[in-house]
Amino acid sequence: MKKFNYHLVKDIKEAKKLSSPNSTFLAGGMTTIPSMKLGLGTYKDIIDIKGIKKLSGIKVSGKILKIGATTKHVEVANSKEVKKSIPSLAALAEGIGDPQVRNKGTIGGSIANNDPAADYPSACIALNASINTSNNRKIDSENFFRGLFETALKKGEIIESIEFEIPLKSNYQKFPNPASRYAIVGVYVSKYKSGTNVAVTGAKSCVYNDKDLSKALSNNFSSSAIDKVKISSSGMSSDIHASGNYRANMVKVFAKKAVEAC
Amino acid sequence: MKKVSLEVNGRKITKDIPDHTILSVLLRDILNLTGTHIGCDTSQCGACVVHIDGKSIKSCTTLAAEVNGSKVTTIEGLAKNGKMHPMQEAFKKMHGLQCGFCTPGMVMSAIDLLQNKKNPSDTEIRDWLEGNICRCTGYQNIVAAVKEAASKM
Repeated sequence: MKKFNYHLVKDIKEAKKLSSPNSTFLAGGMTTIPSMKLGLGTYKDIIDIKGIKKLSGIKVSGKILKIGATTKHVEVANSKEVKKSIPSLAALAEGIGDPQVRNKGTIGGSIANNDPAADYPSACIALNASINTSNNRKIDSENFFRGLFETALKKGEIIESIEFEIPLKSNYQKFPNPASRYAIVGVYVSKYKSGTNVAVTGAKSCVYNDKDLSKALSNNFSSSAIDKVKISSSGMSSDIHASGNYRANMVKVFAKKAVEAC
Repeated sequence: MKKVSLEVNGRKITKDIPDHTILSVLLRDILNLTGTHIGCDTSQCGACVVHIDGKSIKSCTTLAAEVNGSKVTTIEGLAKNGKMHPMQEAFKKMHGLQCGFCTPGMVMSAIDLLQNKKNPSDTEIRDWLEGNICRCTGYQNIVAAVKEAASKM
Protein backbone atom coordinates (compact mmCIF):
# COMPACT_ATOMS: atom_id res chain seq x y z
CA MET A 1 0.00 0.00 0.00
CA LYS A 2 1.27 3.48 -0.86
CA LYS A 3 2.15 5.92 1.88
CA PHE A 4 -0.34 8.50 3.15
CA ASN A 5 -0.86 10.80 6.10
CA TYR A 6 -3.46 9.67 8.61
CA HIS A 7 -5.53 12.31 10.40
CA LEU A 8 -8.02 11.65 13.19
CA VAL A 9 -10.35 14.63 13.30
CA LYS A 10 -12.63 15.80 16.11
CA ASP A 11 -15.18 17.79 14.16
CA ILE A 12 -16.55 18.45 10.67
CA LYS A 13 -14.70 21.77 10.44
CA GLU A 14 -11.34 20.09 10.90
CA ALA A 15 -12.27 17.37 8.40
CA LYS A 16 -13.26 19.93 5.76
CA LYS A 17 -10.10 21.93 6.34
CA LEU A 18 -7.92 18.89 5.63
CA SER A 19 -9.92 17.81 2.60
CA SER A 20 -8.26 18.21 -0.81
CA PRO A 21 -8.42 16.58 -4.26
CA ASN A 22 -5.87 14.06 -2.92
CA SER A 23 -7.72 13.08 0.23
CA THR A 24 -10.52 10.76 1.22
CA PHE A 25 -12.63 10.28 4.32
CA LEU A 26 -12.31 7.08 6.30
CA ALA A 27 -15.20 5.62 8.27
CA GLY A 28 -15.27 1.80 8.57
CA GLY A 29 -12.73 1.44 5.77
CA MET A 30 -14.29 -1.79 4.55
CA THR A 31 -13.95 -0.66 0.93
CA THR A 32 -11.42 2.15 1.23
CA ILE A 33 -8.62 0.06 2.74
CA PRO A 34 -8.84 -2.90 0.32
CA SER A 35 -9.11 -0.40 -2.57
CA MET A 36 -5.91 1.30 -1.47
CA LYS A 37 -4.15 -2.05 -1.17
CA LEU A 38 -5.22 -2.99 -4.69
CA GLY A 39 -4.05 0.36 -6.03
CA LEU A 40 -7.58 1.37 -7.04
CA GLY A 41 -7.42 4.38 -4.75
CA THR A 42 -4.33 6.43 -3.90
CA TYR A 43 -4.53 9.31 -1.45
CA LYS A 44 -2.14 11.74 0.18
CA ASP A 45 -4.36 12.23 3.20
CA ILE A 46 -6.74 9.84 4.95
CA ILE A 47 -9.16 11.74 7.16
CA ASP A 48 -10.69 9.48 9.81
CA ILE A 49 -14.14 10.80 10.74
CA LYS A 50 -14.98 8.12 13.32
CA GLY A 51 -13.94 10.45 16.13
CA ILE A 52 -16.66 12.98 15.28
CA LYS A 53 -19.18 12.15 18.00
CA LYS A 54 -22.26 13.74 16.46
CA LEU A 55 -22.00 11.48 13.38
CA SER A 56 -22.97 8.36 15.31
CA GLY A 57 -26.28 7.33 16.82
CA ILE A 58 -29.85 6.18 16.23
CA LYS A 59 -32.98 8.19 17.03
CA VAL A 60 -36.68 7.89 16.29
CA SER A 61 -38.80 11.01 16.27
CA GLY A 62 -42.34 10.79 14.98
CA LYS A 63 -42.32 9.03 11.63
CA ILE A 64 -38.59 9.47 11.08
CA LEU A 65 -35.77 7.09 11.96
CA LYS A 66 -32.50 8.99 11.91
CA ILE A 67 -29.20 7.14 11.78
CA GLY A 68 -25.82 8.85 12.07
CA ALA A 69 -23.34 8.25 9.24
CA THR A 70 -20.67 6.44 11.26
CA THR A 71 -23.16 4.11 12.96
CA LYS A 72 -21.92 0.57 12.41
CA HIS A 73 -23.91 -2.22 10.77
CA VAL A 74 -23.86 -4.20 14.02
CA GLU A 75 -25.37 -1.24 15.88
CA VAL A 76 -28.20 -0.93 13.34
CA ALA A 77 -28.77 -4.71 13.40
CA ASN A 78 -29.01 -4.83 17.21
CA SER A 79 -30.80 -1.52 17.80
CA LYS A 80 -34.13 -1.80 19.64
CA GLU A 81 -35.30 1.43 17.99
CA VAL A 82 -34.56 0.12 14.48
CA LYS A 83 -36.07 -3.31 15.21
CA LYS A 84 -39.23 -1.63 16.46
CA SER A 85 -39.61 1.09 13.83
CA ILE A 86 -38.25 -0.59 10.65
CA PRO A 87 -37.45 -4.26 11.40
CA SER A 88 -36.51 -4.91 7.76
CA LEU A 89 -33.69 -2.38 8.06
CA ALA A 90 -32.23 -4.16 11.10
CA ALA A 91 -32.48 -7.44 9.17
CA LEU A 92 -30.72 -5.87 6.17
CA ALA A 93 -27.84 -4.73 8.40
CA GLU A 94 -27.61 -8.20 9.94
CA GLY A 95 -27.17 -9.66 6.45
CA ILE A 96 -24.25 -7.48 5.33
CA GLY A 97 -20.94 -9.27 4.75
CA ASP A 98 -19.77 -11.09 7.86
CA PRO A 99 -19.61 -10.28 11.61
CA GLN A 100 -16.22 -8.59 11.30
CA VAL A 101 -17.42 -6.35 8.47
CA ARG A 102 -20.52 -5.51 10.53
CA ASN A 103 -18.34 -4.66 13.54
CA LYS A 104 -16.51 -2.01 11.52
CA GLY A 105 -18.48 -1.03 8.41
CA THR A 106 -20.77 2.01 8.60
CA ILE A 107 -24.05 3.02 7.01
CA GLY A 108 -22.66 6.34 5.74
CA GLY A 109 -19.66 4.63 4.22
CA SER A 110 -21.84 2.16 2.37
CA ILE A 111 -24.05 4.92 1.00
CA ALA A 112 -21.17 7.23 0.05
CA ASN A 113 -19.45 4.38 -1.78
CA ASN A 114 -22.64 3.44 -3.68
CA ASP A 115 -21.41 0.00 -4.69
CA PRO A 116 -23.90 -1.37 -7.24
CA ALA A 117 -24.32 -4.51 -5.11
CA ALA A 118 -24.53 -2.79 -1.70
CA ASP A 119 -27.62 -3.34 0.46
CA TYR A 120 -28.15 0.06 2.12
CA PRO A 121 -28.78 2.13 -1.05
CA SER A 122 -31.92 0.06 -1.71
CA ALA A 123 -33.15 0.83 1.81
CA CYS A 124 -32.63 4.56 1.18
CA ILE A 125 -34.67 4.51 -2.03
CA ALA A 126 -37.43 2.26 -0.66
CA LEU A 127 -37.75 4.11 2.64
CA ASN A 128 -37.91 7.66 1.13
CA ALA A 129 -34.66 8.54 2.88
CA SER A 130 -32.99 11.92 2.85
CA ILE A 131 -29.24 12.21 3.19
CA ASN A 132 -28.08 15.10 5.40
CA THR A 133 -24.62 16.41 4.59
CA SER A 134 -21.98 18.75 5.98
CA ASN A 135 -22.85 21.27 3.25
CA ASN A 136 -26.24 21.72 4.94
CA ARG A 137 -27.89 19.84 2.12
CA LYS A 138 -30.78 17.43 2.55
CA ILE A 139 -30.63 15.22 -0.53
CA ASP A 140 -33.48 12.91 -1.60
CA SER A 141 -32.26 9.35 -2.21
CA GLU A 142 -33.65 9.42 -5.74
CA ASN A 143 -31.27 12.29 -6.52
CA PHE A 144 -28.39 10.99 -4.41
CA PHE A 145 -27.43 7.75 -6.15
CA ARG A 146 -26.21 8.90 -9.54
CA GLY A 147 -24.51 5.90 -11.14
CA LEU A 148 -21.78 3.30 -10.71
CA PHE A 149 -19.96 4.30 -7.48
CA GLU A 150 -21.24 7.82 -8.09
CA THR A 151 -23.31 10.00 -5.76
CA ALA A 152 -24.44 13.61 -5.52
CA LEU A 153 -21.75 14.28 -2.89
CA LYS A 154 -19.32 17.04 -3.76
CA LYS A 155 -15.61 16.80 -2.98
CA GLY A 156 -15.13 17.38 0.73
CA GLU A 157 -18.82 16.93 1.52
CA ILE A 158 -19.53 14.48 4.35
CA ILE A 159 -22.71 12.51 5.02
CA GLU A 160 -23.85 13.38 8.55
CA SER A 161 -27.01 11.32 8.88
CA ILE A 162 -29.71 9.47 7.01
CA GLU A 163 -33.40 9.99 7.74
CA PHE A 164 -35.73 7.11 6.86
CA GLU A 165 -39.50 7.49 6.70
CA ILE A 166 -41.04 4.73 8.82
CA PRO A 167 -43.33 2.66 6.54
CA LEU A 168 -46.53 0.77 7.32
CA LYS A 169 -44.68 -2.40 6.43
CA SER A 170 -41.55 -3.34 4.55
CA ASN A 171 -39.20 -6.18 3.70
CA TYR A 172 -35.86 -6.71 2.00
CA GLN A 173 -34.94 -9.92 0.23
CA LYS A 174 -31.72 -10.66 -1.60
CA PHE A 175 -29.96 -13.37 -3.49
CA PRO A 176 -26.62 -13.14 -1.70
CA ASN A 177 -23.39 -14.01 -3.42
CA PRO A 178 -22.55 -17.34 -1.75
CA ALA A 179 -19.00 -16.23 -0.85
CA SER A 180 -19.36 -12.59 0.16
CA ARG A 181 -23.07 -12.03 0.70
CA TYR A 182 -23.29 -8.95 -1.48
CA ALA A 183 -26.58 -8.71 -3.35
CA ILE A 184 -26.50 -10.40 -6.76
CA VAL A 185 -30.05 -9.09 -6.77
CA GLY A 186 -31.75 -7.42 -3.80
CA VAL A 187 -35.28 -6.04 -3.64
CA TYR A 188 -36.59 -3.72 -0.93
CA VAL A 189 -40.37 -3.28 -0.76
CA SER A 190 -41.99 -0.70 1.51
CA LYS A 191 -45.62 0.23 1.80
CA TYR A 192 -46.84 3.70 2.74
CA LYS A 193 -50.30 5.23 2.84
CA SER A 194 -49.37 7.11 -0.31
CA GLY A 195 -48.15 4.05 -2.21
CA THR A 196 -45.50 1.35 -2.40
CA ASN A 197 -41.81 1.65 -3.29
CA VAL A 198 -39.77 -1.15 -4.84
CA ALA A 199 -36.03 -0.50 -4.84
CA VAL A 200 -33.67 -2.85 -6.63
CA THR A 201 -29.95 -3.27 -5.99
CA GLY A 202 -27.36 -5.56 -7.54
CA ALA A 203 -29.21 -5.86 -10.82
CA LYS A 204 -27.92 -2.78 -12.65
CA SER A 205 -24.91 -0.48 -12.39
CA CYS A 206 -26.79 1.58 -9.80
CA VAL A 207 -29.65 1.06 -7.38
CA TYR A 208 -33.04 2.17 -8.79
CA ASN A 209 -36.71 2.47 -8.00
CA ASP A 210 -38.63 0.06 -10.24
CA LYS A 211 -41.54 2.25 -11.28
CA ASP A 212 -43.57 -0.61 -12.85
CA LEU A 213 -43.36 -2.82 -9.78
CA SER A 214 -44.03 0.16 -7.49
CA LYS A 215 -47.13 1.07 -9.50
CA ALA A 216 -48.45 -2.51 -9.61
CA LEU A 217 -48.00 -2.94 -5.84
CA SER A 218 -49.44 0.50 -5.08
CA ASN A 219 -52.62 -0.59 -6.86
CA ASN A 220 -52.70 -4.08 -5.41
CA PHE A 221 -50.28 -5.06 -2.64
CA SER A 222 -50.02 -8.79 -3.35
CA SER A 223 -47.41 -11.04 -4.90
CA SER A 224 -49.84 -11.94 -7.72
CA ALA A 225 -49.71 -8.30 -8.85
CA ILE A 226 -46.02 -8.83 -9.65
CA ASP A 227 -46.80 -11.67 -12.11
CA LYS A 228 -48.26 -9.23 -14.61
CA VAL A 229 -45.24 -6.89 -14.59
CA LYS A 230 -42.67 -7.38 -17.32
CA ILE A 231 -39.05 -6.75 -16.30
CA SER A 232 -36.73 -6.04 -19.21
CA SER A 233 -33.18 -7.38 -19.09
CA SER A 234 -31.96 -4.24 -20.84
CA GLY A 235 -29.37 -2.49 -18.66
CA MET A 236 -29.09 -5.47 -16.32
CA SER A 237 -25.57 -6.46 -15.25
CA SER A 238 -24.27 -9.70 -16.68
CA ASP A 239 -21.31 -11.53 -15.15
CA ILE A 240 -19.97 -14.94 -14.14
CA HIS A 241 -22.57 -15.15 -11.36
CA ALA A 242 -25.74 -14.23 -13.24
CA SER A 243 -26.76 -13.19 -16.75
CA GLY A 244 -28.90 -10.13 -17.43
CA ASN A 245 -31.93 -12.29 -18.20
CA TYR A 246 -31.43 -14.23 -14.99
CA ARG A 247 -31.14 -11.03 -12.95
CA ALA A 248 -34.31 -9.64 -14.58
CA ASN A 249 -36.17 -12.75 -13.51
CA MET A 250 -34.68 -12.63 -10.01
CA VAL A 251 -36.01 -9.08 -9.54
CA LYS A 252 -39.54 -10.51 -9.79
CA VAL A 253 -38.75 -13.59 -7.69
CA PHE A 254 -37.28 -11.50 -4.86
CA ALA A 255 -39.95 -8.79 -5.12
CA LYS A 256 -42.53 -11.53 -4.55
CA LYS A 257 -40.59 -12.94 -1.62
CA ALA A 258 -40.39 -9.49 -0.07
CA VAL A 259 -44.13 -8.82 -0.49
CA GLU A 260 -44.99 -12.22 0.96
CA ALA A 261 -42.70 -11.60 3.95
CA CYS A 262 -44.18 -8.15 4.64
CA MET B 1 5.02 8.65 11.43
CA LYS B 2 2.41 8.14 14.13
CA LYS B 3 2.80 7.26 17.78
CA VAL B 4 0.45 4.39 18.50
CA SER B 5 -0.25 3.08 22.01
CA LEU B 6 -2.08 -0.19 22.42
CA GLU B 7 -2.64 -2.81 25.06
CA VAL B 8 -1.79 -6.04 23.27
CA ASN B 9 -2.67 -9.23 25.16
CA GLY B 10 -2.48 -7.31 28.42
CA ARG B 11 0.89 -5.70 27.64
CA LYS B 12 1.06 -1.94 27.07
CA ILE B 13 3.08 -0.97 24.00
CA THR B 14 3.89 2.30 22.27
CA LYS B 15 5.46 2.39 18.80
CA ASP B 16 6.28 5.01 16.22
CA ILE B 17 5.04 3.57 12.96
CA PRO B 18 4.39 4.84 9.42
CA ASP B 19 0.81 6.18 9.07
CA HIS B 20 -0.09 3.52 6.51
CA THR B 21 0.81 0.56 8.77
CA ILE B 22 -1.90 -2.09 8.71
CA LEU B 23 -2.72 -3.64 12.10
CA SER B 24 -1.84 -7.18 10.93
CA VAL B 25 1.59 -5.89 9.85
CA LEU B 26 2.16 -4.19 13.21
CA LEU B 27 1.24 -7.39 15.04
CA ARG B 28 3.30 -9.74 12.89
CA ASP B 29 6.31 -7.77 11.70
CA ILE B 30 6.83 -5.29 14.52
CA LEU B 31 5.50 -7.10 17.61
CA ASN B 32 6.45 -10.59 16.30
CA LEU B 33 2.99 -11.95 17.11
CA THR B 34 2.88 -14.23 14.06
CA GLY B 35 -0.11 -16.26 15.26
CA THR B 36 -2.33 -13.75 13.45
CA HIS B 37 -2.16 -14.90 9.85
CA ILE B 38 -2.49 -12.99 6.59
CA GLY B 39 -4.29 -15.03 3.96
CA CYS B 40 -6.13 -13.09 1.29
CA ASP B 41 -5.18 -9.66 2.69
CA THR B 42 -8.50 -8.24 1.40
CA SER B 43 -10.86 -9.17 4.26
CA GLN B 44 -12.35 -12.26 2.65
CA CYS B 45 -10.64 -15.17 4.43
CA GLY B 46 -10.63 -14.21 8.12
CA ALA B 47 -7.22 -15.70 9.00
CA CYS B 48 -6.29 -12.28 10.47
CA VAL B 49 -9.23 -11.91 12.90
CA VAL B 50 -8.30 -10.36 16.25
CA HIS B 51 -10.36 -8.66 18.96
CA ILE B 52 -10.37 -4.90 19.43
CA ASP B 53 -11.90 -4.03 22.80
CA GLY B 54 -13.49 -7.48 22.80
CA LYS B 55 -15.03 -7.37 19.32
CA SER B 56 -13.76 -9.38 16.37
CA ILE B 57 -12.43 -7.48 13.37
CA LYS B 58 -10.16 -8.26 10.44
CA SER B 59 -6.72 -6.88 11.23
CA CYS B 60 -5.70 -6.86 7.55
CA THR B 61 -8.38 -4.23 6.87
CA THR B 62 -7.67 -2.00 9.86
CA LEU B 63 -5.05 0.70 10.15
CA ALA B 64 -2.97 0.46 13.31
CA ALA B 65 -3.49 4.21 13.79
CA GLU B 66 -7.27 3.73 13.69
CA VAL B 67 -7.26 1.59 16.83
CA ASN B 68 -4.86 3.75 18.83
CA GLY B 69 -5.70 3.47 22.53
CA SER B 70 -7.54 0.14 22.17
CA LYS B 71 -7.12 -3.25 23.77
CA VAL B 72 -6.05 -5.85 21.21
CA THR B 73 -6.33 -9.58 21.82
CA THR B 74 -4.65 -12.02 19.44
CA ILE B 75 -4.52 -15.80 19.47
CA GLU B 76 -1.37 -15.55 21.62
CA GLY B 77 -3.37 -13.79 24.33
CA LEU B 78 -5.92 -16.56 24.92
CA ALA B 79 -4.01 -19.15 26.95
CA LYS B 80 -3.78 -18.36 30.65
CA ASN B 81 -0.94 -19.72 32.81
CA GLY B 82 0.02 -22.25 30.17
CA LYS B 83 -3.55 -23.54 29.89
CA MET B 84 -5.32 -23.28 26.57
CA HIS B 85 -8.56 -21.32 26.18
CA PRO B 86 -11.64 -23.63 26.09
CA MET B 87 -12.10 -22.75 22.40
CA GLN B 88 -8.52 -23.83 21.62
CA GLU B 89 -9.04 -27.04 23.63
CA ALA B 90 -12.25 -27.74 21.74
CA PHE B 91 -10.58 -27.27 18.31
CA LYS B 92 -7.90 -29.74 19.40
CA LYS B 93 -10.34 -32.26 20.85
CA MET B 94 -12.79 -32.18 17.93
CA HIS B 95 -10.10 -32.07 15.21
CA GLY B 96 -11.34 -28.67 14.04
CA LEU B 97 -8.26 -28.11 11.92
CA GLN B 98 -5.92 -29.76 9.48
CA CYS B 99 -3.23 -27.41 8.17
CA GLY B 100 -4.06 -24.85 10.84
CA PHE B 101 -3.65 -21.74 8.72
CA CYS B 102 -7.20 -20.48 9.22
CA THR B 103 -7.39 -21.65 12.85
CA PRO B 104 -6.30 -18.48 14.71
CA GLY B 105 -8.97 -16.46 12.88
CA MET B 106 -11.58 -19.20 13.36
CA VAL B 107 -10.89 -19.35 17.10
CA MET B 108 -10.99 -15.56 17.55
CA SER B 109 -14.19 -15.28 15.51
CA ALA B 110 -15.85 -18.20 17.34
CA ILE B 111 -15.07 -16.68 20.75
CA ASP B 112 -16.82 -13.48 19.66
CA LEU B 113 -19.84 -15.58 18.63
CA LEU B 114 -20.09 -17.13 22.09
CA GLN B 115 -19.85 -13.65 23.64
CA ASN B 116 -22.95 -12.74 21.61
CA LYS B 117 -24.78 -16.05 21.88
CA LYS B 118 -24.11 -18.67 24.53
CA ASN B 119 -25.48 -21.79 22.85
CA PRO B 120 -25.59 -21.20 19.10
CA SER B 121 -27.22 -23.69 16.73
CA ASP B 122 -25.28 -25.29 13.83
CA THR B 123 -26.86 -22.78 11.47
CA GLU B 124 -25.92 -19.84 13.68
CA ILE B 125 -22.33 -21.09 13.91
CA ARG B 126 -22.07 -21.52 10.13
CA ASP B 127 -23.67 -18.14 9.61
CA TRP B 128 -21.27 -16.44 11.99
CA LEU B 129 -18.22 -18.07 10.41
CA GLU B 130 -19.20 -16.60 7.02
CA GLY B 131 -16.06 -14.47 7.05
CA ASN B 132 -13.65 -17.31 7.89
CA ILE B 133 -12.56 -19.58 5.09
CA CYS B 134 -11.11 -23.07 5.68
CA ARG B 135 -9.92 -25.10 2.70
CA CYS B 136 -9.14 -28.33 4.58
CA THR B 137 -11.84 -29.46 6.96
CA GLY B 138 -15.14 -28.96 5.18
CA TYR B 139 -16.16 -27.02 8.34
CA GLN B 140 -17.89 -30.02 9.97
CA ASN B 141 -15.40 -30.40 12.80
CA ILE B 142 -15.07 -26.66 13.22
CA VAL B 143 -18.80 -26.45 13.93
CA ALA B 144 -18.44 -29.42 16.29
CA ALA B 145 -15.54 -27.65 18.06
CA VAL B 146 -17.53 -24.44 18.57
CA LYS B 147 -20.42 -26.48 20.02
CA GLU B 148 -18.03 -28.33 22.31
CA ALA B 149 -16.56 -25.02 23.49
CA ALA B 150 -20.06 -23.60 24.03
CA SER B 151 -20.82 -26.49 26.40
CA LYS B 152 -17.65 -25.71 28.39
CA MET B 153 -17.69 -21.92 28.51
